[in-house]
Amino acid sequence: MTGQISLAKQVKKVLVGDHAVAEAVKLARVNVISAYPITPQTLIVERISEMIERGELKADYIRVESEFAALATVYGAAAGGARAFTATSSHGLFYMYEMLWWAAASRVPLVMAVVTRVLGPPWNIHDEHTDLLAIRDSGWIIGMAQNVQEAFDMTLTAFKISEDEKVLLPVAIGLDGFILSHTAEPLDIPSQEDVDSWLPPRNPRIPYTIEPGGEPITMGNLPKNDVYHALLKKYMDESMENAKKVIAEVYDEYGKLTGRNYGPLTECYRCSDARYIAVSMGAWSGDIMGAIERLRDEGYPVGLLRIRYLRPFPEEDITAWINGAKGVIVFDRDYSAGLGGVLASEISGFIPSNVSFEGVLAGLGGFDVSPDEFRGIIKEFIDKTEREGPIKIRKYWYIPKVEG
Amino acid sequence: MSVAEKLKGLLLSTPAAGAGGRTGTWRVYRPVVNYSKCTKCGLCWLYCPENVIDWLEDKNVRINYDYCKGCGICADVCPVKAIDMVKEGVV
Repeated sequence: MTGQISLAKQVKKVLVGDHAVAEAVKLARVNVISAYPITPQTLIVERISEMIERGELKADYIRVESEFAALATVYGAAAGGARAFTATSSHGLFYMYEMLWWAAASRVPLVMAVVTRVLGPPWNIHDEHTDLLAIRDSGWIIGMAQNVQEAFDMTLTAFKISEDEKVLLPVAIGLDGFILSHTAEPLDIPSQEDVDSWLPPRNPRIPYTIEPGGEPITMGNLPKNDVYHALLKKYMDESMENAKKVIAEVYDEYGKLTGRNYGPLTECYRCSDARYIAVSMGAWSGDIMGAIERLRDEGYPVGLLRIRYLRPFPEEDITAWINGAKGVIVFDRDYSAGLGGVLASEISGFIPSNVSFEGVLAGLGGFDVSPDEFRGIIKEFIDKTEREGPIKIRKYWYIPKVEG
Repeated sequence: MSVAEKLKGLLLSTPAAGAGGRTGTWRVYRPVVNYSKCTKCGLCWLYCPENVIDWLEDKNVRINYDYCKGCGICADVCPVKAIDMVKEGVV
């Protein structure tokens, strides 16, 4: 166990989100990286290849012809006992879709950065969370960072979470395309020595290993009985539950190492005396906090619940934070066609019938929503609830006027 | 039991002869070697995808019908047409 380490050992750098993720991959001493370039993720794997070229990271970098191959490659590397990493965005993530399920159900530890981006048509490289959220049933643990520092911290902690013997599930770290991936922010980076003391090399024998000369094994063979499949999903579910505890433990240790303490599954900003709760995830949570500040100045008792990990789904956190609330308003930068916002849809099941609820679809396609606009939407929701009693709006499309 | 131990028994299998059962029962056509035509070249042994043809010491071939699925690749690659595919039940 790591003792208290002085914060002075950390180095302050100014990095864009993609480069911060690459820095975390280097500090985790990843053995195998395989990826296919796609905007806005490309800077991550470009920077990693430069690190290997300069000898700063001793790792195998495997060039592939597609994202399907990229994930298949790191999946194989992880099954062979390596610590492995890949990164992708939108269409690339969807090209991996089949492999995402195979990697997760094979229970090999893996880490993947997903720089969130719209899926076309029309062609659009800007920020939306729909791509990341489309993998939510596959068995990956899914985190979403708010800023560059958190993108770094989430990537580094992901290895520890994924490799934990009680978890053994792959971890996807989301960061907003361009808003984080290409925006430089100051961040604190722990030293290699401190990271080494906290994150030992992966135990290649857990959960199992494929190796030359080792015991011959077949992965993914036809099972003797179809019930095996149901049992494996039940075990996956147990591991997801374990992951809630493991994530908390890992961040607790990491907090001692770096002085940065997180939620861990969720964080609630100005919630202790809040009667209304806004919910969001990702980079725009910072803008919503700005809106919360203004509303607080105007006397509105409102806080922001920020989802850090969507899988495992933090239902205990959510029910605890909204307990006693008069209203909950959820902001989705994603859309599940035929249903609505993904966060709103998942959270609405936990909202008691006497609590006001609104799901807001905004920022799709990457359009900006300013703190002032958030303020207006939240204010209108609260005013309406105070005036008319509990309202239930699962889908409100916030679409600004288009000029020209 | 640890998570890994629980998984291993369900996720992995150990390859062994016959681990998948008597796959010979799947066969519709049976490859039959006509030893008077066979030149003992071993191509059928080389091409068999199921590894059920033995190439013996005397260079004769022997087909293991317990596991031969009857795909017919051996008959197809035989350069002297020494393997006939005979409908099962007719032999």
